[in-house]
Amino acid sequence: MNESVGKPVDRVDGRLKVTGAATYAAEFPVKNLAYGVTITSTITKGRIKNIDTRAAEKIPGVIGIMTSENCMQIHFPAGSDPGAGKYAEKDLLPLQNDRVFYGGQHIAVVVAETFEQAEYAAAMVKIDYNEQTPVVGFEKNTSTAYKPASGLGGAETQVKRGDADAALQTAAIKTEETYTTPVFSHNAMEPHSSVAVWDGDQLTVYDATQSVMGVKALLSTMLAIPPEKVRVIAHYIGGGFGSKGFTWANPFLAAMAAKQFNRPVKIALARQQVYSTAGRRTQTSQKISLGADNSGKLVAIKHATISETSFVDEFVETAGVATTMLYSSPNLDVSHELVRLNRGTPCPMRAPGESVGTYSLEVAMDELAYKLNIDPLQLRLINYAEMEEQKKKQFSEKSLKECYQRGAEAIGWSKRTAQPGVTKEGKYMVGYGMATATYPANRSASSAKATLFADGHAEILCGTQDIGTGTYTIATQIAADAFGLPVDKVIVKLGDSIYPKAAQSGGSQVTASVGPPIRAAALGAVDKVIKMAIADSNSPLHGQKPEDIMTGNGRIYLKNNTDKGETLITVLSRNNMEKVEADAKTDVSTRPSQPQSAPTGSPEAKIEEESKTNEAVQEDEKTDRKPYAFHSFGAQFAKVLVDPDLGTIKVDKIVGVMDIGKVMNLKTAINQIKGGMIFGLGMALMENVQYDPNNGRIVTRDLAQYLVPVHADIPEIEVQFIDQPDPYISPLGARGIGEIGVTGMAAAIANAIYNATGKRVRDLPITPDKLIA
Amino acid sequence: MQPFKYIRAQDNQAAIGATGINEAKFIAGGTNMLDLMKLNIETPKQLVDINKLSLYKIEELLNGGIRIGALVKNSDLAYNPVIIKNYPVVSEALLSGASPQLRNMATTGGNLMQRTRCPYFYSTDFACNKRDPGSGCAAITGYNRMNAVLGTSDKCIATHPSDMCVAMAALGAIIYVQGPKGVRSIPFADFHLLPGQTPQIEHNLKQDELITHVELPPLSFASKSHYLKVRDRASYEFALTSAAVALDIQGGAIKGARVALGGVGTKPWRSLEAENALIGLPANDTTYKKAAGAAMAGAKPNKDNAYKIELAKRTLVRALNTVGGMS
Repeated sequence: MNESVGKPVDRVDGRLKVTGAATYAAEFPVKNLAYGVTITSTITKGRIKNIDTRAAEKIPGVIGIMTSENCMQIHFPAGSDPGAGKYAEKDLLPLQNDRVFYGGQHIAVVVAETFEQAEYAAAMVKIDYNEQTPVVGFEKNTSTAYKPASGLGGAETQVKRGDADAALQTAAIKTEETYTTPVFSHNAMEPHSSVAVWDGDQLTVYDATQSVMGVKALLSTMLAIPPEKVRVIAHYIGGGFGSKGFTWANPFLAAMAAKQFNRPVKIALARQQVYSTAGRRTQTSQKISLGADNSGKLVAIKHATISETSFVDEFVETAGVATTMLYSSPNLDVSHELVRLNRGTPCPMRAPGESVGTYSLEVAMDELAYKLNIDPLQLRLINYAEMEEQKKKQFSEKSLKECYQRGAEAIGWSKRTAQPGVTKEGKYMVGYGMATATYPANRSASSAKATLFADGHAEILCGTQDIGTGTYTIATQIAADAFGLPVDKVIVKLGDSIYPKAAQSGGSQVTASVGPPIRAAALGAVDKVIKMAIADSNSPLHGQKPEDIMTGNGRIYLKNNTDKGETLITVLSRNNMEKVEADAKTDVSTRPSQPQSAPTGSPEAKIEEESKTNEAVQEDEKTDRKPYAFHSFGAQFAKVLVDPDLGTIKVDKIVGVMDIGKVMNLKTAINQIKGGMIFGLGMALMENVQYDPNNGRIVTRDLAQYLVPVHADIPEIEVQFIDQPDPYISPLGARGIGEIGVTGMAAAIANAIYNATGKRVRDLPITPDKLIA
Repeated sequence: MQPFKYIRAQDNQAAIGATGINEAKFIAGGTNMLDLMKLNIETPKQLVDINKLSLYKIEELLNGGIRIGALVKNSDLAYNPVIIKNYPVVSEALLSGASPQLRNMATTGGNLMQRTRCPYFYSTDFACNKRDPGSGCAAITGYNRMNAVLGTSDKCIATHPSDMCVAMAALGAIIYVQGPKGVRSIPFADFHLLPGQTPQIEHNLKQDELITHVELPPLSFASKSHYLKVRDRASYEFALTSAAVALDIQGGAIKGARVALGGVGTKPWRSLEAENALIGLPANDTTYKKAAGAAMAGAKPNKDNAYKIELAKRTLVRALNTVGGMS
């Protein structure tokens, strides 16, 4: 039996997507659907004095206008399971009062028979405000910075070892610079959308989310309805990049309006509203101090980050977290501070922390290499972390040295001239740069159901979702191998909260989290069939030992006599069984969290019970993970051409060599890393959200004003994988892959630009005006 | 979007006749108008679709010039062999703008009429004298990295966004319009208006006038022309700075010169100062730099766009060197 895992299997949903047949949240055909358009605040801070809806209500087709005056009350989910969804703005529940905390905040919803009618009526609603002076501008408010207690999920934000200040004072070579990064927007192709349908007291929400389970839990607690009365469906998601990881107002506004007007309601945000109400990457200012001895060995690293958050929730961009483990250094001081501004709340965005953190740290390393007159790649090798020095653990698997070596070869590092600003190709200055990539390998508890049908096909149900990364495909491959079936006999169903509880699509954790229970459930189902055969006097395998039996090509057979066996279908039909089911939950987390048992009698408790007899689950759970730190690594390289007169930058080639454990699917893996690298290229060269310096509202809020790379900006990209299975993360050996491609990329490009021009721009994005300044 | 009436005009007369009522606007490609209507910036009560009009021809004139119908699509104009041969600056300018999809829809007349991309103009929660006369200009004290440094006023610093218009300004194109009283022509330099105290009035076209043609007059050295655009990404982005230039160099001296700049002006910016600084002088880098200095001498920067002065000079010098190097 050929294993399909690792093969470049085509996306199982590819045809559906390219033919438009894949159904996204806003596309579900719902009878009697009404259209909701939200009105957003045109002031940055204050109170709503009056909402005059009279003219709007007269517009033909208008069903009603929901405001804080007439909408239902909702509750903050205090004390709820933190793993079960995060409402993005705890102090700004949608439409619950008259307060305005930022420009572009939802303040009313117009519901009409058609989208056009709702849009037109929304423009007719007149709102009077009592305006207050907002806190505007990041740089001028950094003096108000405070130290947050912790980051997302309790992450440590103040980390020290040794005495960094003392070591810096006596260090032979020092660099100390401040790096700044602007606000970035996720810009998922699909805007945040929700369709809410009430059937009596049963609520169904079709939602563009990275967590059907999270949205379900939040709808249940915040709308005070029993969990079994809420269903959230997200079969296909048009990208999230973190913006759909937290839950924003949209599913609530849709559910509230649907209840209020007794009609199914669809709310799809306009692009401008996505910028203001649905998250962003925060602005950062990062001061990095590095101290080294004359040989280049680091003696101290200090990484002090200030970022900003809103007045309605606290989000810390943990830019310094990767710094605690990326290089060997006896002394370290990583800190994070926050400033509050009247802006919408920031949230995770593809490699939160690591993206902007590796930009600044890896540019600082380049600066140090120049001061030391050591090759930047050599400097990384001199300071290679053989173990996780902060947690004092071994890495579960680390092949970073091979990444450096293969990347250097692929980009032609030997052609790099160390002296900046001297190498030309025609009228262009040429530069090479490199940086280290890293992202934690996360895994969390997940479950799945496997079913083998008598017609020979099999099915997996799993309550995670595919946000466009390829989860459907990878899950199909993993299940197919475990069932011993070809991939076209396996159907994977995701994106529905009625399926077994599974990980949210965030933190690059889905493959590592749901792969093992999918595999275990499928093996469990096959195991049941094997046991039936052994016990059945009509089976050729009657009386055999389970450990002597193998699975493959839809058959079970003896290891040492492959002809002796029968098909799975034969066993089922002989026993008059339509299907055999197995559930599995793997309660494994690479993060410090306590396993939580499901309430007795719940469907999840049943899965936990069955998992106790599932051999694959037991073997997976008994692996001792405590001694290990789980991280992925990589090396990013860039070659750039800079026009020295005009300041224009052409990235000529980028190379990413990634150490992410075992590759599940070469196509989707390359796709993820390339996408991440382009994300990093956009971050380096063009992306930024601008706020008005006077009133603090967003100025660049559409895809004409906020630039993302177009094809003409994207160079040749070479992606390589070490493909070394991680022996401890799971039996599959795969770590996550969704985010690491972003990390290090901006730094590699910034370092290449310096190598080309001799200009060190420490403020992203690096645009022509900064290079000619 | 505000509801509106839609009619499809069958000929020029009918189109012109339909403009008098309901604050009508013409629509051709719609690549700018529809965006503006969706954002409630343009709120016509009636749209007059002129796509049925017979204004699709590109004709060579006996005098050596070329006559371009107002409905000629940007892509058709850009890839026209005569334009490529005799007026490469026009082709290059068009192909540096927007995307293939947009160029397949956008028309020559529509390009002349496209409105600024100043983000404050596009955001109805900000003050903008162009969109809402008398409300103020949020850009002057706001985020103005993309805004103009030439031709600005205390009421408006919005940049004219077109690339095609910069090339046509350099060539001294003539715009033909038809109204109820007949046909008239407008020199390119007079078509677009400086913002002054009335930034909402952007051009010399009357409400009931229809652009029918644009004429590129004969210019012996227009075949030695070039458009250079500098921008934040490689495609599908407006200019930080751009330059359209044509040079007539004989025996190493400049006999004739045309210069216009984009991305820096409140209208497509023909620079007679630069042209005067070129004509009669040796075709070399020193001359080009002096001309660039002359072109930007009157520039007034704001907080975020001072770089444009230097970048525009360098852009112009590069473009002049490129054309100067053509044999």
